[in-house]
Amino acid sequence: MAGAGPSGKSGKDAAWAPLALPLMLPTWAVIGFFLLLPVLLMVVYSFLTKEFRGGVIWEFSLAAYDQFFISRGLFGDEPASIEWTYIGIFWRSLWQAAVATGLCLLIGFPTAWFIATRPPASRSIWLFLVTIPYWVNLLIRTVSLKFLIRDNGPLNEFLMGIGLTSGPLPLVNTNLAVQLGLFYSYLPFMVLPIYAAVERYNFALSEAAADLYASRWRTLREITLPVVKPGIIAGCLLVFIPSLGAFLAPDLLGGAKTFMIGSLIDEQFKGSQGNWPFGAAISVILMSLVLLSLLFYARAQRSQK
Amino acid sequence: MANAIEIIEVIKRFGATTALESLSLSISDNEFFTLLGPSGCGKTTLLRMIAGFEAVSAGEIRLFGQNIANLPPDRRPVNTVFQHYALFPHMSVLDNVGFGLKMKGVDLAKRRARAGQMLEIVHLSAFADRLPAQLSGGQQQRVALARALAPEPRVLLLDEPLSALDLKLRQTMRFELKQLQKDTGITFIFVTHDQEEALTMSDRIAVMSAGRLQQVGTAREIYEAPNNRFVADFIGETNILQVEAQPISQDLTRVTLPGGSTLDLPAPPTASGQHSLSIRPERLSLDPQGSLTARLEHVVYLGTDLHLMARLADGSPLVIRMQNSARTALPNEGEEIRISIEEGAARLLAD
Ligand SMILES: Nc1ncnc2c1ncn2[C@@H]1O[C@H](COP(=O)(O)OP(=O)(O)OP(=O)(O)O)[C@@H](O)[C@H]1O
Ligand SMILES: [Mg+2]
Repeated sequence: MAGAGPSGKSGKDAAWAPLALPLMLPTWAVIGFFLLLPVLLMVVYSFLTKEFRGGVIWEFSLAAYDQFFISRGLFGDEPASIEWTYIGIFWRSLWQAAVATGLCLLIGFPTAWFIATRPPASRSIWLFLVTIPYWVNLLIRTVSLKFLIRDNGPLNEFLMGIGLTSGPLPLVNTNLAVQLGLFYSYLPFMVLPIYAAVERYNFALSEAAADLYASRWRTLREITLPVVKPGIIAGCLLVFIPSLGAFLAPDLLGGAKTFMIGSLIDEQFKGSQGNWPFGAAISVILMSLVLLSLLFYARAQRSQK
Repeated sequence: MANAIEIIEVIKRFGATTALESLSLSISDNEFFTLLGPSGCGKTTLLRMIAGFEAVSAGEIRLFGQNIANLPPDRRPVNTVFQHYALFPHMSVLDNVGFGLKMKGVDLAKRRARAGQMLEIVHLSAFADRLPAQLSGGQQQRVALARALAPEPRVLLLDEPLSALDLKLRQTMRFELKQLQKDTGITFIFVTHDQEEALTMSDRIAVMSAGRLQQVGTAREIYEAPNNRFVADFIGETNILQVEAQPISQDLTRVTLPGGSTLDLPAPPTASGQHSLSIRPERLSLDPQGSLTARLEHVVYLGTDLHLMARLADGSPLVIRMQNSARTALPNEGEEIRISIEEGAARLLAD
């Protein structure tokens, strides 16, 4: 079925109209206090001067941004040039998050499809099974994953046991380990929105496509994927954005070479070595990046129509 | 005329239930053929097997002489208008209509032209750029029709395409569909559970019930000469009387009506004993010399027609339909009336 037409304002809605503002106040208060205020605080902090041992001095400064983008050599006496260290970390983070998102999509889409095409009664059981690992704290799950893939962990012992490899595969402290960790952390965020989209998918559309001479592959590409696309996009965003800022998986499973933004920010707010304005500045840059790409995406979507 | 579709002893089972029991049927090329039957009788199942969405459990379906058992739906020159239209929600009306041509590899310019042409035929040219969700039910229905016709299938399957429309629209669409079938020369297989729809549009009708074919014939044949009680009952309105039959010659049978009078009917000599007799209400009339006696219970006013609801001596109900006219002298309710049966109107049924 095609969706229902635009819903008109019913008489009931009109009666509630004068109450709309006061009724929305609590929502606005919560969003304001827990979302806007912290973000604003971050933006303000990023323009302040750092205090040793953490904290800030209320004095305007661009030092944090300067530190991020501009290099003046080890002792600050060389001519200014672009600082590549942090941009490199950003780039690596984007890459890691993208790979993790791709992995989630690769596994999550068939999983969601499988669940959504079961008889209705058993779907909730499958969904329940998907969420079970998430009853355990993320930290513990990430540590367990490390135990599983370390040199003398079960995975390597199994691989050596069946003679597939002669020595242990060095998995811990690699990009792959971090990607696996991120994938494992966020997989349900991919499965659930795609499941919701596929469950709503009208399979008569696939039949109609086949009836009109589309092969299975073309039916998938021309009809099914475009129709469930909103679910896929929601899943990708829900995996990509937290992956980008994640610090548990890179900290526990990766090494110095797999350092990601999340860990960098985390470090700035920890202990006496921290630098709050710098941490705030990285957060602001990260947030702007995400917002900008979302805006571009929305623009592209609209101009396509 | 060549047969577009031949269905040969087809059986369809879903697990333990049998949806279709050994069904055989031939549909000619260029025919407007209707499958008519109550809900659950297997109409959609039969249509889906012709389209290729369901496999037959046994038997064979031939399309212009070729067995199509192993052809997947996308390789059958058959298109479907789905019951709930199944329009592609993310495509414009024009792209929906052009989809089949695109899949057949027709280039963009050609398929746009053809889709535009199809939209003109269904009077939707002004809506080419809309999305399906921005159309009314009747408009969506016509897009579905244009989409299925655009690739010029050899057979068009229509699964209750009018059932979601209101009465007025349904009546115009009946006429348009019939006209379209004549103009295109495509074989239409039309599914409906609405007997009026079937009678007004079809070249031939197959009446189905509980997975079995009951009767195949033109509207007139099915209405005037129903094979059995189910068909007589399902098509139009009819009076069913329990009668005693007695063969009196090679092809004449004498039936004793409730009340004692007799009637000689052409019927095979096998018809003997208790039987059902079907008489259409419009073939009965008030007549002081009539052979049936009944008590008038009440009169239903239907505008152009009147229905006299009466009861025979044995307690069975009888409906008499008459034209509404100022000159008609109506008996009073509760009065005894005499009714005559038009020559050739009574039909002995196999149960
Ligand atoms: N996929 C299926 N699995 C099991 N039983 C089915 C399936 N499809 C149809 N049936 C059964 O087969 C019978 C015929 O169904 P079908 O849909 O062909 O009926 P129909 O004549 O089209 O009815 P309607 O007018 O309500 O659409 C029904 O008893 C139905 O329950
Ligand atoms: Mg049906």
